[in-house]
Amino acid sequence: MKLTGAQILCESLLKEGIKVMFGIPGGVLLPFYDTLPEYPKLHHVLCRHEQGAAHAAEGYARACGKVGVCIATSGPGATNLVTGIASAYMDSAPVVAITGQVSRPFIGKDAFQEVDITGVTLPITKHNYLVTSAHEVATVVKEAFHIADTGRPGPVLIDIPSDVMSEETEFHYPEKVNLQGYKPTVKGHPAQVKKAARFIKESKRPLIIAGKGVINSGASAELKEFAEKAQIPVVNTLLGLGGFPGTHVLCLGMIGMHGLAHANMAVNAADLIIAIGMRFDDRATATVAGFAPDAQVIHIDIDPAEIGKNVRVDVPIVGDAKNVLKSLNAEVESQNHIEWLSQIEQWEREHPPLWMRESKTVLPQYVVRQIYEVTNGNAIIVTDVGQNQMFAAHYFKYDRPNTFISSGGLGPMGFALPGAMGAKAACSKENVWCIAGDGGFQMTLQELATIVQEKLAVKIAILNNGYLGMVRQWQQLFFGKRYVATPLPGPDFVKLAEAYGIAGERVTDRVMVTTAIEKAMAHEGPYLIDFQVEPEENVFPMVRKGSVITDMIEEVRKEARRR
Amino acid sequence: MSKHTLITWVEDRPGVLNRVASLFRRRGFNIDSIAVGHTEMEGVSRMTIVVDGTTLSVEQVRKQLDKLINVIKVTDITDDDLVARELVLIKVKATASTRSEIIQIADLFRAKIVDVAADSVIVEITGDEDKLESLLNLLRDFGIKEICRTGRIAMARGAAGTIFEAEKPLSKGARPKKSEVTNW
Repeated sequence: MKLTGAQILCESLLKEGIKVMFGIPGGVLLPFYDTLPEYPKLHHVLCRHEQGAAHAAEGYARACGKVGVCIATSGPGATNLVTGIASAYMDSAPVVAITGQVSRPFIGKDAFQEVDITGVTLPITKHNYLVTSAHEVATVVKEAFHIADTGRPGPVLIDIPSDVMSEETEFHYPEKVNLQGYKPTVKGHPAQVKKAARFIKESKRPLIIAGKGVINSGASAELKEFAEKAQIPVVNTLLGLGGFPGTHVLCLGMIGMHGLAHANMAVNAADLIIAIGMRFDDRATATVAGFAPDAQVIHIDIDPAEIGKNVRVDVPIVGDAKNVLKSLNAEVESQNHIEWLSQIEQWEREHPPLWMRESKTVLPQYVVRQIYEVTNGNAIIVTDVGQNQMFAAHYFKYDRPNTFISSGGLGPMGFALPGAMGAKAACSKENVWCIAGDGGFQMTLQELATIVQEKLAVKIAILNNGYLGMVRQWQQLFFGKRYVATPLPGPDFVKLAEAYGIAGERVTDRVMVTTAIEKAMAHEGPYLIDFQVEPEENVFPMVRKGSVITDMIEEVRKEARRR
Repeated sequence: MSKHTLITWVEDRPGVLNRVASLFRRRGFNIDSIAVGHTEMEGVSRMTIVVDGTTLSVEQVRKQLDKLINVIKVTDITDDDLVARELVLIKVKATASTRSEIIQIADLFRAKIVDVAADSVIVEITGDEDKLESLLNLLRDFGIKEICRTGRIAMARGAAGTIFEAEKPLSKGARPKKSEVTNW
């Protein structure tokens, strides 16, 4: 039986186990949308902006580990996806973006709503396709999902001309993909694993840096076994949070530009760094030149191009983190590093993390901490970008993988709300909290309508300081307190929520915080809390720009000394 | 900094050259020359890319190229024993009095005269870069009107070098060539 290109696309999506997709229709996509009612198992979430659709697909993918799908029409629809695709690319999230394209005879003629989206997304996709006949659709979808979800995950874009959607052909879904040029190395080289085990045995001050690769490969259990067996402390990159239990005694927390002091100090005192599924991003390492000066480096990553890219490596191991850790666990002997661990403990005592000053006003740190307390740590936190992101990274302890979702690499403001929407669509039983600043929230707040339409019970915490907070912090510290273009008088967020049909409240006093969060949790649907937080609160510690990781600005802790 | 020769086998599809070129641009690497053509295998094209850079940065280029889905294999054959050739067409000013001298020089280099006009000749030469440069230097005195170079193409000597050779496991005791020690 012959099917149209659009039907083949739907059939293929079902074969890939897709249940939800986020999108917006448009002219060239009409043949596809017209077909959708024939496939009730494919649920289409109508977003209010394509950027929201792309972020939602990433949020979905990162919450449940399956491929997220977003759909947009040609031209502006496709270009609106770009920020979300770039985010998924930087954070290695499996996303398949489907875009409509003008009909084949119009391609290259600058037709209405024509954009060369495969050209535009070339450097921000793992791979992309322009489908040129209905006959190709099934193979391309199969390949796209395979590429997106294997090796180092990433976004794949499929551009389908309108007339391909209506063209008829026989449908056969291929069982296997045949990609000569794509064979990710999954298993670590045994000789390298042995060498790594030898380095670990000889090390006096080893440190594990766990990145998102641990989460992507589902290696949390293996990492825990490894760290416990060899008694090695673990620090996380921002995106690695949750890959190792945040409440574990060996967990030191996040490193980097806003890393915790004792974690950053441990990095630079270590004699061996075991980097797993991370890419030595400049926000994690600060100045590379002075990064971990005394350490030899074991780098485990599935992407060979990441090894040696930013930091010299002594023992490179290309492979899937879970696989490599399994074989490493078989080689590593039980050890203890009492001296090293007590040294770190002393640093921790001297630079207490998660310290909060006394304040009658609402501190953003306190809000995050109370969300942690009220939910009992049992929530998926989706953050925006900026101060809210750093507070959410520090003041909530992530014990499970896929519970901290944040756009780290690209850092697009506006990620939180659509990201949380995607996460909730993926995990309806989880508590999903969107933590955003007032600046970022206003970049994608139209998705409130989508949340209502889809009955997604996302809880929204706006840390409203009336500034573009992180930029203001930089202006305060490095640009003589000249707050240029950062004050941000906002709308009445509670009224705004009400306009969308979402319940909410404003919190202006510290004593109201916990009650408001409890109320949000008890409320059945989505709930928005506008936390009017201390306007000029800063994120500390903070590594000075262009400095080494231990050169940190820390908060002056007057009250702490007084106590 | 030194010149490296990368052999890249790619799927013969629209847009692949663009993907390769775009990658060089984005990562800030300079292509000295690039030559593309069909191979003994259907659907597979071969690119010979000459790139200037440190060993470390060229290694990064190689790995990034290898990540492209349409790239089947990349090897850096700079240190291998190889045959490297380039073809150049040179249009030289030639008058009745200088023409025979130009032809003599061309003969010395085993170059061919492929076109003769009233005031110019076109010389065709194939060889390695040193030979080409020597000829160009000699011809410069006559006045060069136009130069067209194909860029380097290169092939490793002996049996090694094709995609399928490299896939075979190494026999015991055989040391892998530097260019093959890649993914660990």
